[in-house]
Amino acid sequence: MAKTILVFGEVRNGALKPITRELVTAAAQLAQAGGGAVALGLVGDGAEQAAGDAKALPVAKVYTATHALLSSYSSQGYAVALAAIVQAADAGVVLFGATAMGRDLAARASARCGAALFSDCTELGLSNGTLRVKRPVYSGKVVAEVESVAPVQMATIRPNIFAPATGSGSADVVAVPVQIEEKHVRGRVKEVVQTATGTRDITEAEIIVAGGRSLKSAENFALLEDLAKTVGASVGASRAAVDAGYRPHSAQVGQTGKVVNPKLYIAVGISGAIQHLVGMRTSKVIVAINKDENAPIFQKADYGIVGDLFEIVPKITEEFKKLRG
Amino acid sequence: MKIVVLVKSVPDTESKIKIAADGVSIDPAGIKFVMNPYDEYAVEEGLRIRERLKSDVTVVAVSMGPDRVVEVLRTALAMGADDAVHVNDPAFEGGDAHASARVLAEAVRLVGADLVLGGKQGIDDDAAFTCAAIAEYLDIPQAQIVTELVLSDDRSRATARRRVEGADEMVELVLPAMITCDKGLNEPRYASLPGIMKAKKKEIRKVGLADLPLKPEQVGAKGSATRLVKYHGLPERPPVKMIPGDAAAQAKELARLLREEAKVI
Repeated sequence: MAKTILVFGEVRNGALKPITRELVTAAAQLAQAGGGAVALGLVGDGAEQAAGDAKALPVAKVYTATHALLSSYSSQGYAVALAAIVQAADAGVVLFGATAMGRDLAARASARCGAALFSDCTELGLSNGTLRVKRPVYSGKVVAEVESVAPVQMATIRPNIFAPATGSGSADVVAVPVQIEEKHVRGRVKEVVQTATGTRDITEAEIIVAGGRSLKSAENFALLEDLAKTVGASVGASRAAVDAGYRPHSAQVGQTGKVVNPKLYIAVGISGAIQHLVGMRTSKVIVAINKDENAPIFQKADYGIVGDLFEIVPKITEEFKKLRG
Repeated sequence: MKIVVLVKSVPDTESKIKIAADGVSIDPAGIKFVMNPYDEYAVEEGLRIRERLKSDVTVVAVSMGPDRVVEVLRTALAMGADDAVHVNDPAFEGGDAHASARVLAEAVRLVGADLVLGGKQGIDDDAAFTCAAIAEYLDIPQAQIVTELVLSDDRSRATARRRVEGADEMVELVLPAMITCDKGLNEPRYASLPGIMKAKKKEIRKVGLADLPLKPEQVGAKGSATRLVKYHGLPERPPVKMIPGDAAAQAKELARLLREEAKVI
């Protein structure tokens, strides 16, 4: 009997994060190719609350593991709880979002379970119970095809690769008992300080409008915010713009910033240094707007516009508004 | 108090990465190896903690890999680290991140550490989980992607600010603990000329399999949970479509292409 394909359901404030629905689609595709049932694992505070949403998804079972000591996130504590779910579900594959929590937990849980781990996967396949993936390495300059030689195999998957799953089912919810002690929570989150305002973090955004130093000031980024608003995009920035103080570091795309994977990336006044390209080259569609027709960004772009960004961006905003009616 | 800083030797960001003829290795010709950029923040943080606490703090740089990693250990010493440990053995070759983490965990245990600092990820394999796996093998807590670190006066606890999507998490840790460092934590210093001269003469401690409580089948390729099938080059992007005309015409055409051709808005 094929082993279960388990999705780690990331819960924030009692709700499932969008990536979880994408992972359910990925798991269903693996199950179709390699067999096995799809299940969802929820850990910690909010797991029971989120189980209501989770059981409607196309999964065979929802496993929850809660404990008084798991009231806030702890890598160690969550790894102990997830390991209990892996065992209860007889999971052969465990999928996580390549998010801050997903990566942190997958690292810890894989070591605990003696599992293989593949980070930041962009493609995955399952055959005879063996997981084989593709993942970018060397800052995205090369793609590695890697396979597991361990009985339990884990992977973190980038957002925006699989369509989110929906459903109206009613899967069984199974509470898995876990033994958590103080020694398992010697590192835990004491406080969460919100830094973003309203829009999605760039690592989770479907559309990003990013600006470089050519924007000339922090105030001028309002141009990009106006454009972003028309299509529900988040605003990113190049290292040069962040170093100049135009945007916070949390918005920086590229090496020493964030790796993003949106459906649409609009680079405004960004020349396309290698340090920037490694952070956004896997975007599905790339638009470059630059006054220098020789800017390297055009070699990575699908659509290019040469011109003055201060003139063009407001016009694009108008056109997008028209489209969105 | 002993602080261990884990440093890795990686190709410089500007290096061209060429897949070797065997398809499963990278051609080393023309690659310039440097200290992993995120590890620089880790070294700097170790040195700053030593400077802040003033007494009784030792910073030990540890690196695993072939002979070339000695160079990044010398860089760490030149920046100001007190000691350096080179972890190397033919048996360690071909190991995945878990196999390497197992070795490094034992090396850290051998050296002894109240605090372990590393970079948030190596910019070569981009696995970004070696440090957390080390923490699990050592059974110590961790905070990753840290941009601020404060130790308690009695040196028994730490509070780390960790970056997550749209927020910062404040993580409280009981030491010993593992911290992985991100840009923003500090500004790494350059090595001074006297520092470089001193680092050249410093003896580097060697640690091999025989020094660690591990069996050959737990390390290197044999101890790995994964196997590299092959490397692929990047798929070629189709050539860029330049949009002509004045600003109004360009904007209109872009909106049309994104809606009708690319179907992304």
